[in-house]
Amino acid sequence: MKFIVVVLLTALLGYAAPLYFPWWSFAVASFIVALFIHQRAWAAFAATFLGLFLLWGIMAFIIDDRNDHLLSQRIATLLPLGGSSFLLISITALIGGLISGFAGLSGSLARKSAS
Amino acid sequence: MRITGCIIAAIITVVLIYFLDNQQTLNGSKTPRFGFFLSPQTGFWQNAEPANEQFNGNLNFPQLNGKTQVYFDERLVPHVYADNENDAWFVQGYLHAKFRLWQMEFQTYAAGGRLSEIMGDSSNGTNFLKIDKFFRRLGMVYAAENTLHAMEKDQLVKSACDAYTAGVNAYINSLDEKDYPLEYKLLNYKPEQWTNMKSALLIKYMAYDLAGYEQDFEKTNAKTILTRKQYEQLFPYVEDSMQSVITDPLPKLKDLFIPKMPSDADSLYFNYKTGIAPLNPAIKPDKDNGSNNWAVAGSKTKSGRPILCSDPHLGLNLPSLWYEIQLSTPGFNTYGVSLAGAPNILIGFNDNCAWGLTNAERDVRDYYEIKFRDSTMQEYWFNNEWRKAAMRDEIIKIKNKPSDTEHIAITVFGPVMYDPHYPDKLHTNKYYACHWQAHQESDELGCILKLIRAKNYNDYLNAISTFNCPGQNFVFVDKAGDIAIRQAGKFPALWYRQGDFLMPGTDSSYAWQAYISDSLEPAMHNPERGFVSSANQSPYDVKTYPYYMPGTFFLYRGWIINRYLSSMQNITTDDMQKLQTSDYNLLAEKAVPLFLKFITSSKFDQAESQYLQTVSSWNFVSDASSVGATIFSLWMDSVISKVYGDELHQSSLPVPSVDPPTLIKNILKDSASLFADNINTPGHETLNDDITDAFKSIVPVLEKAKQDSTLEWAKFKDGGINHLLKIPAFSRLHLNAGGGENIINAFKKTHGPSWRMIVELTDDINAYGVYPGGQSGNPGSKYYDDFVDTWTANKYYHIHLYNEEAMATQKNNLGRMTFAK
Repeated sequence: MKFIVVVLLTALLGYAAPLYFPWWSFAVASFIVALFIHQRAWAAFAATFLGLFLLWGIMAFIIDDRNDHLLSQRIATLLPLGGSSFLLISITALIGGLISGFAGLSGSLARKSAS
Repeated sequence: MRITGCIIAAIITVVLIYFLDNQQTLNGSKTPRFGFFLSPQTGFWQNAEPANEQFNGNLNFPQLNGKTQVYFDERLVPHVYADNENDAWFVQGYLHAKFRLWQMEFQTYAAGGRLSEIMGDSSNGTNFLKIDKFFRRLGMVYAAENTLHAMEKDQLVKSACDAYTAGVNAYINSLDEKDYPLEYKLLNYKPEQWTNMKSALLIKYMAYDLAGYEQDFEKTNAKTILTRKQYEQLFPYVEDSMQSVITDPLPKLKDLFIPKMPSDADSLYFNYKTGIAPLNPAIKPDKDNGSNNWAVAGSKTKSGRPILCSDPHLGLNLPSLWYEIQLSTPGFNTYGVSLAGAPNILIGFNDNCAWGLTNAERDVRDYYEIKFRDSTMQEYWFNNEWRKAAMRDEIIKIKNKPSDTEHIAITVFGPVMYDPHYPDKLHTNKYYACHWQAHQESDELGCILKLIRAKNYNDYLNAISTFNCPGQNFVFVDKAGDIAIRQAGKFPALWYRQGDFLMPGTDSSYAWQAYISDSLEPAMHNPERGFVSSANQSPYDVKTYPYYMPGTFFLYRGWIINRYLSSMQNITTDDMQKLQTSDYNLLAEKAVPLFLKFITSSKFDQAESQYLQTVSSWNFVSDASSVGATIFSLWMDSVISKVYGDELHQSSLPVPSVDPPTLIKNILKDSASLFADNINTPGHETLNDDITDAFKSIVPVLEKAKQDSTLEWAKFKDGGINHLLKIPAFSRLHLNAGGGENIINAFKKTHGPSWRMIVELTDDINAYGVYPGGQSGNPGSKYYDDFVDTWTANKYYHIHLYNEEAMATQKNNLGRMTFAK
């Protein structure tokens, strides 16, 4: 239950923060969420990772679908990812997830260090 | 332990963010800031436009005086109905920015020599600093300042530009970082505020593109290795069979100004086979920046109404140079293509008339050798005294590096473009000032803003009378049935060969002495033959014209257009579409039979005989599937290089290439034999040897093409449309299209008909148009390149000058935007 709350909260705050602050401000949100909601270190990492992974992945997927994969195919040719929209969405989600996960892990470990 | 873990995790997070928030260097170019770029909330995903996007909005701006409705038709062409002119220009600025912001700004960065600011000094193998230095030293900024000055003196232009600039900035100011066009995110920079100066730079960029081609350095190089007779044979003034634009006799003038050739010209200027070769010039616009346009009178058309056709040939890019638009105000109701970056409709039509442009191709740029007192360039020798040179410092900002400053001396002739500091290759320690018509104060925009509201022939004449540079052939038709063409521009009155070579600049004797009087640049109005046309040939008959008119004139397109138009009757717009996209190769019609006469094929092997058979039976149509066109193209290049290459390669410096019509004329006159012998071999080669050897030498290339399945002309030519940053994923490459040099359908590799327009002035106007691009500059929009396939297939869109009521009720409109105070 806690795990799911962290996933949802990370996603929610991770969406809200960059509306007002730089793109990476979701990392601060993930750190704070993990700091206040106590979980084991690996669980904190997984939950905060998943929160952003899902947020970015689903957002990219919806945008891409509405765009008929036009731009994702062009960008995936440029980067180069063989023109694969799926790969580009996956990498997008993975990068968001990794930053968030490590921020969450720091938050979780910081709480443990303090207590 | 936990503290260590915490610190490690925090460090990983920070390093990840830092790495992804900064540009990295990969293979010599910079990556985007990947984190920012991939974030669905800020990065490129935000540029992925929904396929069913509607373009609606209600916008209010204090700079507006009234109300404007914009309807986007099914191709995303805006039809703008403004209740006053100020608002129309404001909205055009807003729309240009909304759909083409990155492109319009990038073009002004290029024109102003500022690419290093955004691209770094070099990236991906392109030396941007070199390009910037070239444009600065050419005096582009200096020219734009002069033009801006003239623009701001013209009230019509000043108010249009002010409104336009306000419109662009209104859009820019509405943007968040996430809304920036994709290319800003890729290159990691931000749009600046627009200014009238940027519009002036855009106009100067067009002048560079269209009146910036000369080969003065190359010709001077050629002069050092050829005799006068050889030179005249290889680089004739114009070809004998040239059909000029204006065929009417010229008016007889009483007090005709005759320029005086300097008395020392024979020793100082026409010093063939001697003299010192100068240097390697840097960057050139495409030689074929040309165009076709023509108009036929009602007497030759089925409807009895005049038809006008125009297709400007320019570098083809995505986003396209052109943005299609209808602007309707109480003063005018005009449809056509506009250049993003200034208030204009450059080629188009209104309720009463239509017009089109082709390039004059006249050379209006010369170089003078300057003698400075010392290397500080403070003073130079002119008319028997030391004169003070003005100094201009051009500061070039470079991304991630300290700035570079170019010190440019300004003389009576113009900016000193080449000096011992530039380019580095130059070790002659010489100074050359560049004298260019585009440097002068001029107000081309004023002419265009008058032309878009022209109602009749006199309005047309009046509008183009002050057009300065780049010189253009304006073709015109109106509903009263007039057809007309006139070459508009300011051109110097020159003595024979003046300015073809570098000139001495120590006094005024080699300077331009006067401009050609307007009455010697007449219009051709309703000629008996029932049509007017231009395709970058010489404007007047050079045998009777009192002045020397140097330029890069083309023979075959004009010739074939006139041949077709003369024979055509009951013309419809369908016929005009066929003509405008014709792939007939007149050069081949002239050259192939001649080559066949001289070829010795008795010893040919099977492959050679087979290719010879293919080209002999070819119908001279260079369409997409033609193999004959591929063989001919290679053969022609090879013959020219066999006949003339040995003479011209006596110089290691660049020299002009010999044009195909010169070769053909020389073969017909038997004077090619003068050059047929290869001066580097002991034997004596004849024209037969050259033509036969040339053919044999191309067969391996053809065999290779056969293996690669690229023998067909479209595949061999491999034409395409490049994104401005040459990113293949944003380009449309490998198009299956015919055409090429010297052909009406002038589509070469990345250059060709950039806008095809046909307008029949029936009561409700029957018009067609297409350009190889799309209305949106966003690679994430489906309107980015949706016209390319239509264009490639030689098809057109029917275009309409709707009134607002009719437009509002169209079924497939993509949206409506309302602009008000």
